[in-house]
Parts: sequence; C-alpha cells; structure tokens
Amino acid sequence: MALKRKSKEIKWHRKHLLGLRELSAEEITYILDTAEGFEQISTRAVKKAPPLRGKVVVNLFFEDSTRTRNSFSLAANRLSADIIEFTKKTSSVSKGESLLDTARNLEALGIDIVVVRHNAGGAPKFLSRNINACVVNAGDGFCEHPTQGLLDTYTIRKIKGTLEGLKIAIVGDIAHSRVARSDMWAMTKLGAEIIFVGPPTLMPPQVRQLPVKVSYSLDEVIEKVDVINMLRIQFERLGGNPFPSIREYSHYFGLTVERMKRAKPDILVMHPGPINRGLEIESEVADGRNSVILEQVTNGLAVRMAVLFLVNQAAAQQK
Amino acid sequence: MKVILDSGQIEQVLNELRDRILSETPVEQDIAVIGIRSRGEVLAQRLSGQLSQKLGKDVPCGTLDITLYRDDLNSPHVTTQPLVRTTEIGFDVDDKIIILVDDVLYTGRSARAAMDALIDLGRPKAIRLAVLVERAGREFPIQADYAGYKADTSPGTLVQVNLVESDGKDEVVIE
Repeated sequence: MALKRKSKEIKWHRKHLLGLRELSAEEITYILDTAEGFEQISTRAVKKAPPLRGKVVVNLFFEDSTRTRNSFSLAANRLSADIIEFTKKTSSVSKGESLLDTARNLEALGIDIVVVRHNAGGAPKFLSRNINACVVNAGDGFCEHPTQGLLDTYTIRKIKGTLEGLKIAIVGDIAHSRVARSDMWAMTKLGAEIIFVGPPTLMPPQVRQLPVKVSYSLDEVIEKVDVINMLRIQFERLGGNPFPSIREYSHYFGLTVERMKRAKPDILVMHPGPINRGLEIESEVADGRNSVILEQVTNGLAVRMAVLFLVNQAAAQQK
Repeated sequence: MKVILDSGQIEQVLNELRDRILSETPVEQDIAVIGIRSRGEVLAQRLSGQLSQKLGKDVPCGTLDITLYRDDLNSPHVTTQPLVRTTEIGFDVDDKIIILVDDVLYTGRSARAAMDALIDLGRPKAIRLAVLVERAGREFPIQADYAGYKADTSPGTLVQVNLVESDGKDEVVIE
C-alpha cells in the first residue's frame, strides 16, 4: 500500500556518508527504504534515471578495488551522473601529490561527490572538512566500509524481513576488517546480535569494548546463528604469523560442507568478496543454496544509488 | 476547510471516468492502469477493478514512483523532502494503452515526470491521463484526457484528496 516504508518520515540532512557508527537506527532504515526504490532501475528497459544529471562523481581510490569501484561507477552512471575514475597507480599521487592536493585539484574541475577509499582511517572525514563536495567513504583503513555494511544489512532485511532478534556471526580476520565494523554498527543498531568469531590473534585489541559477543570457536556458534558472514583472509594486510598454516585456519574457521550440516536450514551465507575458495569457505558452500553472495553484489548497486542520491539531495538543500 | 466531494460523489466521478475510458478504448486493445504514488495508486486500483469487471478481463494495475524524475530535485527551494519509493509494475507496458492516474491535475509537472518515467519502462501504444480533480494553474502544456471534477480554486489553496485505503475516509477538501 501507499505508506509501506518502514522508516519514520525523518529529515535526511547528511551530505557525507563517512561511517555507520554515527548514524541512528532511523537513518539506516531510511537509507535501506530508499534503496528499495532504486532496485527496479536495474531490471527495466532503460536502466537509467535522471536525478544526478549534470553532477560529477569522482572515484578516488588509493587502494585496489574491483567490486566497490565498479559498483559505485555503475550506480553513478545509472543516476545519469558523469564519473571520473581516479586510481593511485595512474595518477600524480605516484609523483608525491598529497590526498588534499589531489582532492582540491579535482574539485577545481567542478566535482560534486567524492567517493574515497584510502588506507588511512579517517581520510574521508579529513576530506569532508576540507572540501565542499559531498564525501562518501568507500573504505578507510580498518575503520569503516559503510556501503558494504548497508548492503549486507539490506540483503539480510530483504530475505529475513527484519534484523530484530537475529544472531549473526562474522567470521575471520576481524582485526583488519572494516566490513566487520560497519556490519556491526548497522546490524546492532537495527536489533541484531553480533558474534565475532576467529582466532585470538585476529581479534582487534579493544574487542571487549564493542557491542558484540566474541567466540574463538566456529563449531560453538555454527548451530545457533541465522546469518554467517565469512570474511576474506587479507594476506596483504597480515603481519607476523597470526595462524600456524592456511590448512589449520581452514580446519578451525573455514565454512565447510561438513559444518553447514549442523547449521540452521535457512542460514544465510554471506561473503564480502573476493573469495579465497577453499580457504575461508568451500566452493560448494559459496555456490550453495544458502549462499547470497551474488545477491549482495546486486543489492550493493541499489544501496550505492540510494547513498549517492541522498548525499546529493542534502547538498542541494544546504545551498 | 471545505468539502468539495464526499464519498458518494467520488464514487460517481470514478464511474464516469470508467465509462468514458471504456467508450473511447477499442475492446481489442490491451489496456492497463498505472497510478502515481501515492493517492493515484489507490485510485488506479479502484479503476482497474471496475474496468476488469466491465470488460470481463483482467486489466493490470501498477504503481509509479516519480521522485527520481521530479524537476525540483536539485533546487534549494524544494518544500518537501523527496522520498523515493518503489515503482511496482508487474507487466510489460509495450504496446498497451496506459491509463495514467493521479488525484489532482494542477501544474502538470507530476504528469510530465510520470510520462518520462513510463517511457523508461518501455514503449506504450498511448498514454492517457485520468484525474479525479482538475484545477487551474498549469505550468506545462499538459491536459487530462479524462478529467473528473473541475475544482474552482485560487492559487495558493490546497486541494487535498483523502481516500479510505490511505487516509481512512473518502473526501476531497479545499484548505
């Protein structure tokens, strides 16, 4: 019926999306509801709508990415924005230009929205204080990856109906995962219980201060949870020897066909990608009937369209 | 506040709209009804039900959200926050006569946005505009094919359409 949006009629006023920690449950719900309206754009005859016509979005990526960058590009294209692709390797950053100088130069070209990924936590916030354009965080250090947190939450809500009362395990390298943090903020605010699962060496130092439960045994939690999100082992970030061998990690923390036999029959299996097949998740599980890994990618597009739309609206109204 | 149409009169206006649509639409032609969120959606459902009954065949009904096509999205003067909702059209619009339904025709801007949104879904045989209430104040060269009640209002007044499904009662008031 006409009034089926789940969110209250709140006023959206943020021209930046820096993280989910600072958002209220109402604001998160508002973004998810808005994303529902963008889903159909990707399924119809003309896969484009006009709300960002004449706007310029820059993808400012200081770290490698395929999924997120392509998803933001396509989202911006579907909303009729123009898009500039910026990657560290092919730019003057390799000549030593700073983040702020790079952004200010791009701004001088007349850009409206900066989508930024950076290995330093807080880089998007720093940018938002120093330039006029809208800033959307596409991953900063080990801090947040808000659009991934939103699309994960969206995927769960779409299938389960609500986050309220769900038990959700996030498994793997929690210490180096901004996805785990953004998921945690969004999902706990919407009423889910989060369990971080992994070896003690891959837990963040202050984990006990976070609103989560912690378990060092996947076997202990596998039967209890409604959703399991398997994080990628990020070899590029691992220092030292956090676990004795890949085989041992797989043995204790891999999502195997054997372990899935003990899970709830309607458990949702998620993974932010890219998958290390056979390491944190077996191929048969990644491609199995409980897997929503590709739905996550599809939903990510709708969520990113909604985010670009909303920050641009907030900017328009602050003129 | 003044009531210009009560529930009986709304029913009568809708019946007239239905009969005019039927008389001007060839029977062999596929038609579908699409309502503009949110009051147009309710009216479209009623109209498609009535048309289905009279024609003895299913007249599909859908809902169009025009927010992304509004022409004031980037204006700092926009009065209400644009709220994106879902478009729900579960049929192919190609080669159908689409009866586009809204509650009030005023500036014509919503109808313009709705036509652009519809054309992105396919190529209808024709789009015909049906409205419950028509008032003066057009800003675009757009007229209704099927206009119900012609309200005599001065600029600045608000014509509010309330419907049982969304507001608990059927009435049209001027504020």
